[in-house]
Amino acid sequence: MIIQFIKFRKIFYVFSIITIILSIASIFVFGLELGIDFTGGSMLEVEYENERPSIQMIQEKIQEISSEKVIVQPVEQKGIILKTKDTSEETYTKAIEKLEELGTLKQDASQFETIGPIIGNELKDKTKIVIVLSLMAIVFYIAYSFRKISKPVNSFAYGFTSLIALCHDVLIPLGIFAFLGKLYGVQITIPVITAFLTVLGYSINNSVVVFDRARENLLRSRETSFGNIINKSLNETLTRSINTSLTTLFVLFAIFFFGGETLRYFSLVLILGISCGTYSSIFLVTPLLVTYLEWREKRLH
Amino acid sequence: MLKKGIGSNLLIIFILAILGLNFVYPKYLNQGIDSFNGFQFSILNSELRLSHFPEVDFKLGLDLQGGSHLVYEADLLKIEASGKSSAMQGLRDVIERRVNRFGVGEPIVRIQEQGEHRRLIVELPGIKDVGEAIRAIGKTPYLEFKEQMTEQESRAVLDGYEEFQGKSLEEITQIPNWQNILREDPYFKSTILTGQYLEKAEVSFDQTTFEAEVLLQFDDEGKDIFKELTSSNIGKQLAIYIDDTLISAPVVREAIPNGKARITGNFTTEEAKDLARNLNAGALPVPIELISQKTIGPVLGQASLMKSLKAGMIGFLMVILFMILFYRVPGIFASLALIIYGCLVLSLFKLIPVTLTLAGIGGVILSVGMAVDANVLIFERMKEERESGRSLDSSIRVGFARAWPSIRDGNVTTLIVALIMFFFGTSFIKGFALTLSLGILVSMFSAIFITKTFLKIFVGTKLEKIKFLWN
Repeated sequence: MIIQFIKFRKIFYVFSIITIILSIASIFVFGLELGIDFTGGSMLEVEYENERPSIQMIQEKIQEISSEKVIVQPVEQKGIILKTKDTSEETYTKAIEKLEELGTLKQDASQFETIGPIIGNELKDKTKIVIVLSLMAIVFYIAYSFRKISKPVNSFAYGFTSLIALCHDVLIPLGIFAFLGKLYGVQITIPVITAFLTVLGYSINNSVVVFDRARENLLRSRETSFGNIINKSLNETLTRSINTSLTTLFVLFAIFFFGGETLRYFSLVLILGISCGTYSSIFLVTPLLVTYLEWREKRLH
Repeated sequence: MLKKGIGSNLLIIFILAILGLNFVYPKYLNQGIDSFNGFQFSILNSELRLSHFPEVDFKLGLDLQGGSHLVYEADLLKIEASGKSSAMQGLRDVIERRVNRFGVGEPIVRIQEQGEHRRLIVELPGIKDVGEAIRAIGKTPYLEFKEQMTEQESRAVLDGYEEFQGKSLEEITQIPNWQNILREDPYFKSTILTGQYLEKAEVSFDQTTFEAEVLLQFDDEGKDIFKELTSSNIGKQLAIYIDDTLISAPVVREAIPNGKARITGNFTTEEAKDLARNLNAGALPVPIELISQKTIGPVLGQASLMKSLKAGMIGFLMVILFMILFYRVPGIFASLALIIYGCLVLSLFKLIPVTLTLAGIGGVILSVGMAVDANVLIFERMKEERESGRSLDSSIRVGFARAWPSIRDGNVTTLIVALIMFFFGTSFIKGFALTLSLGILVSMFSAIFITKTFLKIFVGTKLEKIKFLWN
């Protein structure tokens, strides 16, 4: 059975455009909630020995000691996380006292972090550099490794369509994160950024495999239509694309469900990003190459 | 009959697997060696003993074993550009001495340069009371001059020590005020002369002997105190302490009125430089400010470790199950290769050694999912080649050869991003990027070398003909 990816590509484009528009809207409407890694602030995680007091009770008790807003979030059954912009040592000591008034805290099971605003700003700058460098490196690597196929489209077109796919793979999870941020206070932290960077490197992986098959078929096959060659390559690599993503998704779901709080949103980004990456590598990247070629030929004639 | 080359490859894989497995988990092998040694001793009565397989522990990061990570910003505004790095080194030495006194396991104090900023990173694994540590670190380095005690005074202190003789640590802690008694120096007592009166210290060389010495210059107030102190201590030692640690105890030869002191001793030039630097740091402390800290309770760290290991195991088993169900015999070998891959990666972590953090474990787990990618690529390709009528042998050969460019290109993009993350990222990102890259590199080796060798065993056997096995 041959699936007609190329023939129906416009349907996939429309679907992707709609999801991308929705994601961008979500980012603009809800905004991205930056974590204390970037804004500076404090985070305190504690666990109660017995039953956890209600979040509302904790919230009221804690707000007494700080002029800054304190966010209280539950963790599993007995734990809570407090987040605030306040970074003073004093607030921390008082917060612990207040929390202990509500119930016994488990010994040695707490976590406390403060990050000064200078460090937060530096992290922002560093993160931007890493993102830009990664994107550039990927496009150049793709262009370089497919340099031998300049017909019928030149190798930078491969790099460029990969870049479009990358935007797709990153924007959609970002949109979902903006939405989750509004709903559950999910923040953009260093682990989340790390995961996004990994999505950049990994989502391209699937596209590369399809490109690679296309390169091989272009050199070998007697078929002359570029569209047909691409469609054939997509069909040949379909099982592989799905299986590879599945094995990676298996381990990511294991981290998401069992790996604890720090790695939860990290794994969620990767799950979303790799799912989008698999979709875009099949329905977007190579069909876009065909569209590009047709557009160019139309312009020439 | 095995083909040429497969036998030796298999042997290499076997040895690697055994070494890796035992390096990661040497407990059983070493128990075996113990009982073997006991057994052969009872039979042969020989003195020969097999030695243990090296037991190396994983290095765990602060987030997994619990502890504190503190970042201090040093205020170097008042210090000239040329003196900045020596001021920072002096600061580090002082803080290191203070930190070492907490008695926590392997504290780390290092200087970090970030553009214009100079920072001090302090890592205290396993510390219980961070508040106390922060207070102790944050106080300015403390230089102190002490004079010799009279014999009577010394005896009183030494008598205090005797109370502790022959007592266990627990009994000692029962004695009231035990910490203060132990801390007391039996030979020197404090004077009012401290670093607050020191103007500067510098290295010079004796005119005749060319020995290195340290010159001290006190300020006006210090001058008078020093004069009094020296005149009442002629012929006795005057001890110099930094942060309660004895640095040097020169003998006073004469009263010194001009506020200048010379510390001679058998210093090497290096030692004299160190001393001057320490004194300067004690006298002109660089103000530091805590700008960021992270403290993780050991129980929480342990829980994180357990959770991430559990996630890793579950993910690992799911991948293996999937591979076997979907690819049958090749799947079994890919799984075997994956297990060997696991042993090799973990051995590398111990060998290098890589400090494992939550981020790092995340990277390893992810690499397990990615590690099979190469195998999936190859197997899919082999299937195609077999469907087009090739024999097992030739489908293995062609499948591996044709899948290679995809494996290479796919992994290289991930590696490039990981490298960029490693060089520009923060510690969380670095930990992740390092284990992910190592994982990817080893996985390429395992998928190509190990799986291929395993599959080749079947070439020319009857099993080759059973289609079901090969899907």
